[in-house]
Amino acid sequence: MATRLTHGLSALWRAIRELSGDDGYERYLAHRAANHPEQAVLSRRDWFAAQQQQQWTGIKRCC
Amino acid sequence: MSHKIPAIQTDYTMKTNLPPRTTRLATRAIWLVVALLGAAAVGGIALNRGETLNALWFITAALCVYAIAYRFYAAWIAATVLGIDETRATPAERLSNGRDFIPTHRWIVFGHHFAAIAGPGPLIGPTLAAQFGYLPGTLWILFGAVLGGCVQDMVTLFFSTRRDGRSLGQMARDELGNIGGSAALVATFLIMIILIAVLGLVVVNAMKNSPWATSTVAATLPIAMIVGLYMYKLRPGRVLEGSALGVTLLLLAVVAGGWVDSIPGLRVLFDHPGLTLAFAVIAYGFAAAILPVWLLLAPRDYLSTFMKLGTIILLIIAILWLRPDIKMPALTQFTDGSGPIFGGALFPFVFITIACGAVSGFHALISSGTTPKLISNERDIRMIGYGGMVLESLVAMMAMIAATVLDPGVFFAINAPAGIVGKEAAEAVATISSWGFPVSVEQMNLIARQMGEATLFARTGGAPSLAVGMASIFGSAFGEHLLALWYHFAIMFEAVFILTTLDAGTRVGRFMLQDLLGNIWQPLGRTSWYPSMLFSSAVVVAAWGYFLYIGVIDPNGGVNILWPLFGISNQILAAIALCVATGILVKSGKLKYAWVTGVPLLWLVIITSTATWQKLTSDDPRIGFLAAAQSLSDKLASGMLPPDKAAVAPQLIFNQQLDAALVLFFAALLWLIVLDMLRVCARHLQGKPVPPLSEEPHQPTQLEQAWQRD
Repeated sequence: MATRLTHGLSALWRAIRELSGDDGYERYLAHRAANHPEQAVLSRRDWFAAQQQQQWTGIKRCC
Repeated sequence: MSHKIPAIQTDYTMKTNLPPRTTRLATRAIWLVVALLGAAAVGGIALNRGETLNALWFITAALCVYAIAYRFYAAWIAATVLGIDETRATPAERLSNGRDFIPTHRWIVFGHHFAAIAGPGPLIGPTLAAQFGYLPGTLWILFGAVLGGCVQDMVTLFFSTRRDGRSLGQMARDELGNIGGSAALVATFLIMIILIAVLGLVVVNAMKNSPWATSTVAATLPIAMIVGLYMYKLRPGRVLEGSALGVTLLLLAVVAGGWVDSIPGLRVLFDHPGLTLAFAVIAYGFAAAILPVWLLLAPRDYLSTFMKLGTIILLIIAILWLRPDIKMPALTQFTDGSGPIFGGALFPFVFITIACGAVSGFHALISSGTTPKLISNERDIRMIGYGGMVLESLVAMMAMIAATVLDPGVFFAINAPAGIVGKEAAEAVATISSWGFPVSVEQMNLIARQMGEATLFARTGGAPSLAVGMASIFGSAFGEHLLALWYHFAIMFEAVFILTTLDAGTRVGRFMLQDLLGNIWQPLGRTSWYPSMLFSSAVVVAAWGYFLYIGVIDPNGGVNILWPLFGISNQILAAIALCVATGILVKSGKLKYAWVTGVPLLWLVIITSTATWQKLTSDDPRIGFLAAAQSLSDKLASGMLPPDKAAVAPQLIFNQQLDAALVLFFAALLWLIVLDMLRVCARHLQGKPVPPLSEEPHQPTQLEQAWQRD
């Protein structure tokens, strides 16, 4: 029971982090490690700046 | 539903995996109960006359209609009309780059998609449409969504997913030809301008001479910047920490606004008439468009998304808990077109007024381009496309409930512009009471005092009456003495995401304009070139700023003009999306299913064309743009106007003529693309050459990981 609750809560927390983009840098590192392990990665700040810029170039918000 | 579905499954295994016969019977029985309950609730709402109706009926009707439509209609469209293929690799998988193409869990995509499509629109439209009574708007929100809006969102999402996440404009160009593509682009740009202007007007009307609201909304700017600095400089990428900080500060700003309001020296700093606030919003829009996104736009969007989800959940809980009675009649006398908030008869104007929440063309821009790049398997399309719009429709339903639980007299006193009911309180209540909706000056003063405002008369636009409705619902559920706080919380919450739409829209408008101008003189197309950025931002801000300015100086409230214009343009965008979808269906040899998108398309063409016709030719100055221009110039010529009105009359006359030209242009765009689509379909059916289907070829999916599915 207690473990199921902890499991549930940690799954919820992971979902909140992913939905908000809080874990974005970790996912970026994982993606680079899996696909381009030989290339250098961006620093946390540079990644955030690039990601924000990319995120707000198309139509993102509606009426 | 309950049994576990393996990651990859063909139709064959589906049949062998069917649950035992008793379970199937039980499932059927449950759906029969849902259908009967839904029919009883819809019937109860539609046929009820005179008796008090509880809000719970609306929720029951909505949930049953959504459940049945999602389970049967959406599933049938997905399986039979579209032919969802879960063995097919999606663009997110094939083109995965860790940036915009990312295979993502369906609930996460659902969250992103919903946050993107649901803005202030579904809260404002139903509030305005409540002038016809609760019934027309409610039925349109329910059935417009499940037969029109949800279908549009889902099929656009599907077709874009099959085309590497291409945008609506690109799909229109690929599938129909250059005419369709250009029409879609121009319509998108113009609707953006009108949308921003009308949303700006809603914010201005909410802040007008309200130091509490103005200071709270003003405080959201430095708060967003603090959050931006925190997320960019101090703790890069820590979105949740920054958002928690920001939401706390926003709530403090609501409380602090009350304190500002109580200190005369501070009060005057934030006590401004509409025109000053309109110029402030315009200046702000320009600043927001040229500042880096991390400083203002992105952090405020995080805050507005959290506030939006939180408030919607709170509103649903409060309505379920409180189960308020609906006070508005089913139908009012204003169905004949004489309504005080906007002129025009039930048909077609209820369908124009409620766009977001029933059918919203803007969603097609999110469903193509952004969301399809995240979908990890085609089978998620029904839940994200259809389900996302179902949830937005539910939000619109909540707004309808919040508007109709108010005393109708109070509702009209807040929403009717001074030009209709009179400037003085006594005059206004007399007019409104004479319509059969009794309200008194004392009652309005009491409500204004409870909400911490000097007056609530003539706050046209929907936000203040929604805030009063929400405050009274929240107040009864979570503390009566907090009414003023709840009211200003609701105002702040709406302002925050209206301003987000305003920033994001100005930015997108700027990119579209730069793209366009780049064809004329290449350097203007470079999005990062500073002079081009300044110039194109200024043009976009000036365009919506003009409509906002006219809306503020218009004694009839501006909403009367701008909201129908916005509704017409949004529905025309929806018609364009449905044209593209219908064209693709016919070209794919699915003519017999083309009615799925064809019927909503036909309905949109009928309502937008009728509305355009009436806006152009009606003799009633409150409906027809040209009649209004004529009537005003007659009054000006005869010297009947007081000097202050005579001074702005030439601008208003010009604006009415401009609006007439604009609405005619919208209708021409629509007919152009409808005829183009019909031409392509006819050629295809005659066996003549047409642009080929631009669908990407099938590649088998490799994604089977457990995390993808649950």
